[in-house]
Amino acid sequence: MTILEDRPSNPAAGDHDRPIGHGRMQRKEDPRFVRGKGHYVDDIVLPGMLHGAILRAPVAHARLVSIDTTEALAHPKVLAVITGTDLQALGLAWAPTLSMDVQAVLVTDKVRFQGQEVAFVVAEDRYAARDALELIQVEYDVLPPVVDARKAMDADAPVIRDDLEGRTDNHIFDWEAGNKAETDAVFASADVVVTQEIVYPRVHPAPMETCGAVADFDPIDGRLTLYETTQAPHAHRTLFAMVSGIPEHKIRVVSPDIGGGFGNKVGIYPGYILAVVGSIVTGKPVKWVEDRSENLMSTSFARDYIMQGEIAATRDGKILALRTNVLADHGAFNATAQPTKYPAGFFHIFTGSYDLQAAHCTVTGVYTNKAPGGVAYACSFRVTEAVYLVERMVDILARKLEMDPAELRLKNFIKPEQFPYPNKTGWEYDSGDYEPTMRLSMKMAGYDELRREQKEKRERGELMGIGISFFTETVGAGPRKDMDILGLGMADGAELRIHPTGKAVVRISVQSQGQGHETTFAQIVAEEIGIPPEDIDVVHGDTDQTPFGLGTYGSRSTPVSGAAVALVARKVREKARFIAAAMLETRPEDLEWEKGRWFVKGDPSIGKTMAEIAMGAHGTVALPEGIDGNLDAEVTYDPPNLTFPFGAYICVVDVDPGTGHVKVRRFIAVDDCGTRINPMIIEGQIHGGLTDGVGMALMEFIEFDAEGNCLGGSFMDYLIPTAMEVPDWETGFTVTPSPHHPIGAKGVGESATVGSPPAVVNAVVDALAPFGVVHMDMPCTPARVWEAMQGRTRPPV
Amino acid sequence: MQIPAPFDYVRASSVDNALALLDRHGAESRVVAGGHSLLPMMKLRLARPDWLIDINDLFELDYLLIDGQTLRIGAMTRHTTLLESDDVQRLFPIITDAERVIADPIVRNRGTIGGSLCQADPAEDLSTVCHVLEAVAVVRGPAGERMLSMADFHRGPYETAVAQNELLIEVRVPIRAGSSSAYEKVERRVGDWAVAAAGASVTLDSAGAISQVAVGLTAVGLEQNVTEVEAVLVGQTPTEELFTEAGRLASLACDPLADQRGPIDYKRHLADELTRRVLRAACRRAAASASEITI
Amino acid sequence: MHINMTINGTDVTREIEPRVLLVHFIRDDLRLTGTHWGCDTSNCGTCVVLMDGQPVKSCTVLAAMADGHSITTVEGLANGTTLDPVQQGFMEEHGLQCGFCTPGMMLTARALLDHNPHPEPLEIREAISGQICRCTGYATIVRSIQWAAEHPVGTAETAATTEEEAVHA
Repeated sequence: MTILEDRPSNPAAGDHDRPIGHGRMQRKEDPRFVRGKGHYVDDIVLPGMLHGAILRAPVAHARLVSIDTTEALAHPKVLAVITGTDLQALGLAWAPTLSMDVQAVLVTDKVRFQGQEVAFVVAEDRYAARDALELIQVEYDVLPPVVDARKAMDADAPVIRDDLEGRTDNHIFDWEAGNKAETDAVFASADVVVTQEIVYPRVHPAPMETCGAVADFDPIDGRLTLYETTQAPHAHRTLFAMVSGIPEHKIRVVSPDIGGGFGNKVGIYPGYILAVVGSIVTGKPVKWVEDRSENLMSTSFARDYIMQGEIAATRDGKILALRTNVLADHGAFNATAQPTKYPAGFFHIFTGSYDLQAAHCTVTGVYTNKAPGGVAYACSFRVTEAVYLVERMVDILARKLEMDPAELRLKNFIKPEQFPYPNKTGWEYDSGDYEPTMRLSMKMAGYDELRREQKEKRERGELMGIGISFFTETVGAGPRKDMDILGLGMADGAELRIHPTGKAVVRISVQSQGQGHETTFAQIVAEEIGIPPEDIDVVHGDTDQTPFGLGTYGSRSTPVSGAAVALVARKVREKARFIAAAMLETRPEDLEWEKGRWFVKGDPSIGKTMAEIAMGAHGTVALPEGIDGNLDAEVTYDPPNLTFPFGAYICVVDVDPGTGHVKVRRFIAVDDCGTRINPMIIEGQIHGGLTDGVGMALMEFIEFDAEGNCLGGSFMDYLIPTAMEVPDWETGFTVTPSPHHPIGAKGVGESATVGSPPAVVNAVVDALAPFGVVHMDMPCTPARVWEAMQGRTRPPV
Repeated sequence: MQIPAPFDYVRASSVDNALALLDRHGAESRVVAGGHSLLPMMKLRLARPDWLIDINDLFELDYLLIDGQTLRIGAMTRHTTLLESDDVQRLFPIITDAERVIADPIVRNRGTIGGSLCQADPAEDLSTVCHVLEAVAVVRGPAGERMLSMADFHRGPYETAVAQNELLIEVRVPIRAGSSSAYEKVERRVGDWAVAAAGASVTLDSAGAISQVAVGLTAVGLEQNVTEVEAVLVGQTPTEELFTEAGRLASLACDPLADQRGPIDYKRHLADELTRRVLRAACRRAAASASEITI
Repeated sequence: MHINMTINGTDVTREIEPRVLLVHFIRDDLRLTGTHWGCDTSNCGTCVVLMDGQPVKSCTVLAAMADGHSITTVEGLANGTTLDPVQQGFMEEHGLQCGFCTPGMMLTARALLDHNPHPEPLEIREAISGQICRCTGYATIVRSIQWAAEHPVGTAETAATTEEEAVHA
């Protein structure tokens, strides 16, 4: 099913409706952004609006002895200072997390991570709010922190979550997938077994816009309007209803333009709740926008997995089994976004793109005195960690077997005829044809020539590395029979209305943070009903305006909402057939569809365009029984399965042998995300993810010292690649549509973030092969690379 | 967003006016030029002056001029000006090398040489450069001007000889025939502060032997030049063996701290590696410019 | 204190606290919200504006320091309904996604092209190296600026472009 062409065919559509909406098209949202007319949360100004600021804990673990707010309250511009005690009185001191845990909104008993929220000041302007923070006196009784996750379960480790009834240790959960006995048996009889500890250090999504909110509570009608940096406005509305007691129909969540999300804006942070409380207390709108340090130190981090990997194979390179035990650092509160049955997200896709006999994984989650989070940064619910593990292990195995890593992968891929492929941990891969994708990447890279060049350079003492990663993603969460978040099923709604003049509006539940929904979703509708995308408005980000759905993360917008939109458009198209039949005084089954119009079979000159049909629907034509006088429809789409995009990445690096500095010279990315709607937008999504991968592999790291102080709390130390660290990306694609998605699209938003880190690290390790290095952990900073060259490959945590 | 604590602001109209303002407002007043070191500290409220004296209008201090055998650099000369100057590139490529890796192009539009030297951050590049070039700092105060060698000017991390009521107004760099220089920095990412850096200046005599040399290091706990290399290199014809020895001496002379940028032995290794590289480059450039003159 | 400056060609006079950052003055006092801020430490460049034609990070410049100077923000890039080639280029080449870094990137691009009308890709990368984009991976920003270089102001193609045509292109 792999097609190497620019315009994929549409497996779900007949020959009569070839794609007309899909294809490269400039984004409909761009004209406002290039004029500086985007409308972000911090751009919102409401009459009488006040400003909030959060006082945060300077230490990682401490008992709160006292807070004195007298002086702050005396500040002439301060209207309120809210503490944990105040929230306790309102029953709001603790809020549920997305992982069935609770998180302190403001500290009442104990500080559990540096940067935790201690008090909230509401003042007339943001300068005064900041000034007043310095006037709050807090006394702490500092406690020994738990910083090293490996020691979190030691008998003498301080208990972080003594707020939880009966809690005597820092254990959160144990979870496993796959068959242990079968896996152990395969390992016991394998020719070759390779083991390696692999650490995926803590990183942060760090969108350019930090998190913030404007809360506007109307005390007369009890209505809350909350403008928020959220990727999931509907889920937030439901959670706010649960937390605050404000009835859900009285809550409107608006997510305006969002300056990047990457998973950072999925969770509900104390700041949002505090803005609401501030508005209720003062009776005025309250804006809260965090600064960069607050963003990096307190909002959802990503990864922090310590993985013991093992891979078993035959001597001639047939991979037999994989197993791993993972220690997961979840920070002080278990706030990771997780589909209920899977506390480690989709980590059990760690079997990758290979046909294995057995696989087994265990994951143990622990509390530490660090910021909460875990599932963020374009991770597809921990597929990042899974792909990193398997792609590093395969490379380590290749080294052990003295095989070329490309050859080893090609030998072990799941074959196209094996799809739908049930893996050994319970997934069913929808479709795939891996070898052509791998071969295309090698052709684009000039793989054999690169290996020759590397050989010559090694002889001269130069360090060049070639790294491969072949990933299989699992996205589009997800089937409601299998997963939910806090009891909310992961289905998405869509509503489409065709106005009498033939212009359309489609309302979707997902929320763009830059992905171009206003364009892509218009193109999907255009494709199905033949109205130009320019005539279709996409409404999103306002719970009063859009149908319910769980939001944009996990690359789920196109696989879930994209399907909903395609189906609602088809529903409208089918309804249009009945109306057209009434208008033409014929039977619906005598009509045929072409590019935006129904016509009489055998006589294309007699027909009605969508615009004519829309006018007819709203007009005076006598409509058949059961057909309403409009051209509108709505659907809720519950995906039958996840989708499984894949790709082959090749990274070429040069390492300065004298300094350890790594330069990414080339990066070749061949992605297969099924049917491609707007290739320009897809390419953009991939470029961004590749940059994330270079960032994580080489520089991004939220580090802590022994006292639990966050050392990555500003952009001076949390380093993100600039234009100088990344190459001119070389992208290619294959097309293997999803068989169960209405238009065959699989989603692409996170593919490159998931797939690229192992390619970069594999390249660095490959470059360091002359030094006997078989593995080094991220980030591959100059110092860490140099240390690896000295035989010191220390884990980052 | 982080916001500075309140202060009063005044814009100086001349050097004399700035000095008078410093005198009037006393110990709690600070001078601001580019502001890229001071303002972030003020936002974190680690610095909270009562008075900020803005010297950005002191155009009289924004100049680069060759005065006989001296390059005179006004203290308000922006990094971008230094980076784009052909004279600087020709006479002191070490400055161009360093300016290329100081912060980023936009910060370089605001930052000044005077601000960098007075901030005296241990990871700051121009202090090393000025040490290596044996520059002289011209400092003016109520009692008139003082000329300070870099050794006297630069007292240590974040500390200079400039008194509260004084201003650095000029940096003078001696021009030597047959001389050239180089700077190289290792950073975790473009725009980051140095993990370590080294600078070297070399003068070759007509026979191609080293008649003068200076090596300096950045961010590795050595505030002065690596004086030990002079005895080894002066009078010798440049060779890899000599550079190796100089590198070894540099790694012994420095005193780095372990931090997020790397462990001590790595930084010592960089002192060695970068010393060899900058000496190599400086000698190559000096030899090339000598041959150009011959032609 | 009293300050006066030219913003996008218009004279503005305001009474401010001396500590007001230029970015807040532009956003909060003048309500020109196209200028963003992202980091506090002058690392990210989302706050870049042109001061006397030169890009500066407005989170690290006091409004008081801009007194008497000329400031250009993203709102001043277009000439009426005619977009600056840089704006057009960003739309043509998908140089933006979330749009948050975009105003700063475009202003730096404008200053670069004014200074160097035909920059090499590496020169473009250097020019924007003080600014972070989390979405695009920079390649399309480089292409956008190259597009602008190839379509300077006054060429028929750009001059004729209207907002509506830009969407339909």
